[in-house]
Amino acid sequence: MNRALALHLIVVAALAAGIFLLPVYHATNLARIMVLAVFAMGYNLAFGYTGLLSLGHAMFFAAGMYAAGLGITLGGWPAGLALLAGPLAGGALALAAGALALRTAGVSFMIVTLMLAQAGYLTILYYTPITRGEEGFVLAQGLRRIGAFDLSQDLNRGLFALGLFTAGLLLSLALVRARFGRIMVAMRENEERSRMLGYNPFTVKLAVMGISGAYAGAAGAAYALLFGSVGASFGAIAFSILPLLWVLLGGAGTTLGPLLGAGLMFYLTDIASSYTSAHQFVVGAALLVLVLFAPRGILGALRERGLKWLP
Amino acid sequence: MAAVTLLEARGLQRHFGGIPAVDGVDLTLRAGEIHALIGPNGAGKTTLVSLLSGRITPQAGRILFAGEDITALPAHRRVAKGIAYTFQITSIYPRLTVFDNVALALRDSRDLPRAVGAALARTGLQALAGETAGELSYGHQRLLELTMGLALKPRLLILDEPTQGLANEDIAGFKALVRSLVPETTVLLIEHNMEVVMDLADRITVLNFGRSLASGTPAEVRANADVQAAYLGGDDAEA
Repeated sequence: MNRALALHLIVVAALAAGIFLLPVYHATNLARIMVLAVFAMGYNLAFGYTGLLSLGHAMFFAAGMYAAGLGITLGGWPAGLALLAGPLAGGALALAAGALALRTAGVSFMIVTLMLAQAGYLTILYYTPITRGEEGFVLAQGLRRIGAFDLSQDLNRGLFALGLFTAGLLLSLALVRARFGRIMVAMRENEERSRMLGYNPFTVKLAVMGISGAYAGAAGAAYALLFGSVGASFGAIAFSILPLLWVLLGGAGTTLGPLLGAGLMFYLTDIASSYTSAHQFVVGAALLVLVLFAPRGILGALRERGLKWLP
Repeated sequence: MAAVTLLEARGLQRHFGGIPAVDGVDLTLRAGEIHALIGPNGAGKTTLVSLLSGRITPQAGRILFAGEDITALPAHRRVAKGIAYTFQITSIYPRLTVFDNVALALRDSRDLPRAVGAALARTGLQALAGETAGELSYGHQRLLELTMGLALKPRLLILDEPTQGLANEDIAGFKALVRSLVPETTVLLIEHNMEVVMDLADRITVLNFGRSLASGTPAEVRANADVQAAYLGGDDAEA
């Protein structure tokens, strides 16, 4: 059983080595990938483990991002407090959205979460004088420090991203291996049976939405603080689709799939766009291959072919 | 033996699009009995037990369980009160292991391997704990469903056509198992196999067109003229 934990710690160690050893360009990419992977891990808890196909997670990411960003610029908060506000804002909004959207299931759930997120996105645009809309705003370097720890500095940025990612990864590993994790999977696999075993599907799924939203919010706040930019584009529909694609690519319902998917997609886009302006086409083709040959994603396929212990 | 009432349903009614599926049914279950619910196809048996387990809500009537009004309780709360339901069409977690299926039914998560092993031993499935549930034979899947129902340690176990599709030798084992449950657990059994019903049931309720036609001991029900006309003497007589 503990080879799973060992594997996770090896992954964390490899990421740490990457931060120290890689050239700055790639180390910065790695920090970005880790923050986005936190977003994807939260999405994976809802979609991969609990079967909640949400198309509204951009709203929770943006909630965390704006809570932190506006907290600093308008509220004069210190960076540490702003970072804490991220998961709280994302989680609270996800609970509210979940309370409405979980009255539906399946395709209706997708549509309701999509609509709610669009409403959130339009709200950001409506308040452009405050949010700066599509253009966004930049957090000055001096505001992005916790005490003497300057988050805008390359090494610190990597270390903070690694810390957040590690916390998120180990938390999600503990969660899916706990009794609650088993109940999450039960909801995905057979909700009616689960109800008749005495579990309330609504409260289980709402709790998962809250946790998932908190991950998204934490990632949004970290993104604002580490990379200094806050903008409405992070609340747009594309940012709801991306975590779905990362999770599908890496393997839905696997703890390491979100990192793998986010990393691969990031570099796939990066490399493709250095050759052609039609990089979206390359990404699309890659996803098509995935759906045809490994519908459970990379780690999902490995788990099916012998690595049954992968959590 | 003093007949303590475990469950009492009064005037239960449920219509689907104007067609009465259950039309004012009274039902009394005594603690510790095996009570069979019989009737022709479409008589409303599954609808009635769905009302009792909370899967659907009644349009009229009330349900008392151990003296408490549970009419408004959702299904999962009734399970917590001790009402377990096993589905007519096998409903397990096909992609999970047998172990995980049973673990989900256990309330107490301490020492899971031991508790799951004990639950599986009751139905003789202990050797299959590591198998994927969906890959089991049909008979084993039915038994797994029963194991999950029992793992809930219910006060009332509702079995919806449990022997459907089982081989004859499995039916004998099933009858012995159900007999071993009483009197700790009360059993409400929907069953088409008259041999099983007459063998197991302490009392029988006959439904026809959503109404209760008769209720009593197997001998009383057999002697009832209405029942003979509507059911036992009809085309689908199996006894």
